Amino acid sequence: MGADPTGSANGTVPILKVRGLSREFRGFLAVDGVDLDVAEGSVHALVGPNGAGKTTLFNLLTGFLKPTAGSVLLSDRRELAGRSPEAITRMGVARSFQITSLFAELTPRQHLELALASGTGLGWRFWRSDRALARFAGRAEELLDQVGLADQGGVPADSLPYGSKRALELALALALDPKVLLLDEPTAGMGVEDVDRTSALIRKIRAGRTVILVEHNMNVVANLADRVTVLQHGKVLIEGPYAEIRHDPRVITAYLGDSHVDR
Amino acid sequence: MLQQAFNGLVGGAFYALLALGLAVIFGMLGVVNLAHGAFYMLGAFGAFVALDSFGLSFWVALVLVPPLLGLAGVVLERLFIRRLTPLDPLYGFLFTFGLALILQDLVKREYGVSSQPYPRPAELSGTVDLGLFTYPAYQVFVLAVSVLVCVVVWVVLTRTRVGMIVRAATERPELTRALGIDVGRWVTPVFGFGVALAAFAGVLAAPMRAVNPLMGADLIITVFAVVVIGGLGSVFGSVAAGFAVGLVSALGNLYVPALSQTMVFILMAAVLLWRPAGLFGQQEAFR
Repeated sequence: MGADPTGSANGTVPILKVRGLSREFRGFLAVDGVDLDVAEGSVHALVGPNGAGKTTLFNLLTGFLKPTAGSVLLSDRRELAGRSPEAITRMGVARSFQITSLFAELTPRQHLELALASGTGLGWRFWRSDRALARFAGRAEELLDQVGLADQGGVPADSLPYGSKRALELALALALDPKVLLLDEPTAGMGVEDVDRTSALIRKIRAGRTVILVEHNMNVVANLADRVTVLQHGKVLIEGPYAEIRHDPRVITAYLGDSHVDR
Repeated sequence: MLQQAFNGLVGGAFYALLALGLAVIFGMLGVVNLAHGAFYMLGAFGAFVALDSFGLSFWVALVLVPPLLGLAGVVLERLFIRRLTPLDPLYGFLFTFGLALILQDLVKREYGVSSQPYPRPAELSGTVDLGLFTYPAYQVFVLAVSVLVCVVVWVVLTRTRVGMIVRAATERPELTRALGIDVGRWVTPVFGFGVALAAFAGVLAAPMRAVNPLMGADLIITVFAVVVIGGLGSVFGSVAAGFAVGLVSALGNLYVPALSQTMVFILMAAVLLWRPAGLFGQQEAFR
């Protein structure tokens, strides 16, 4: 049940246009000349076997790594490649992290207030009390509610169960109100129930934005993604709607090795 | 004994100020600043030169020297440290250690190894009756002003935006940047501030400790033990451990004089066996 595979807006300007993006680590090309068009409003999944370069590509798109070559253009023709992570976030491209990454002692509410405040330029007015953050309280409550954390808004993040931590990470990315949301394995390490809950959540939050998703769970990909790009050895192997690529022999080979393909 | 305890707290005040600077620098930059002791020494020499060559009083030096050295720290961070932080921490070790040796030897060349005299400020040359014993007024002043500085830094870190950013960047630099917060622009001021704190401690030390090129090197080893005891990168831990170590070594000196030099390290070993991340540290600090 692909989520509207015809929905990708062919013909319109892609919101993210990646050309020849490469990253070399001491002679090893982790990402090797990747071209990628992400249609506005789509959910675009990046899949591929371990070591295919998905996480490196993610870090290149979000500024945590600098590319050795290539460009990443937003639809307004602004170049992302080479910018700092915080600059890219402020341009409306936000990310989540693969490994749970939260401030241990801050509550979910405080996390969200911090994220909400980051876009307001309060940063330089350092004498302002952190109570100034209280004006974001209403929006923070909404976000907590949206990801199902309304009851847990006041406990330190450290003591939240795993599923709630991941939900908070989603809420954090949402707090930045990005045009493009990059999710790095949002269901990693989850049980079936949490996977379903997270899928439902992603379907809810995709409204009005573009989502790029690195995901290992093919059910989630089938469920959510309009288009899928398969990476192998740092290159794009194939791209298309899930229904098309799932039977492609090259994809099966990439995942399972040669012996599984009937010739 | 009470008096000895008081001595310990005064000594601990220096540990606390220096450990505080080390902790914020380590937290924000991930750099173990081995030149921290040298900045403390430069603070004391700054006070000495201000008086000796320019006739500026202790009070002027206390206000002037720390910001000037803090500014030097800013330049240092911009020119050198900035290039080293993305590399292996070893490069930071080597650079700051080398810098400490260079600064020490430059001062040695100019003023020799013997201690320079520095008088107590006239206003604080007397003693204060503390009820149970009388105590030199200057030492009381050092203790009070150190506690005040630690409290102010604590309030800034916990109650203001900049504090929140510094704490956030210390704990999760990547997440903080992903939230759109420009961590980089706080790095230089924080380094300068840490250096200024060391210089402040140095000026405070000038009237009561020997002002010589090695005064920082002697002290800083204990301060590193303090930082480890308090928990690497933990601001509160460093301050608390600073005063605690001062107290313990002073009382140790009283009861087991033979161990006075090693007391701190025994304490450090004991704390590490019990809590490997230090008293207030988080395991993550050791990634």
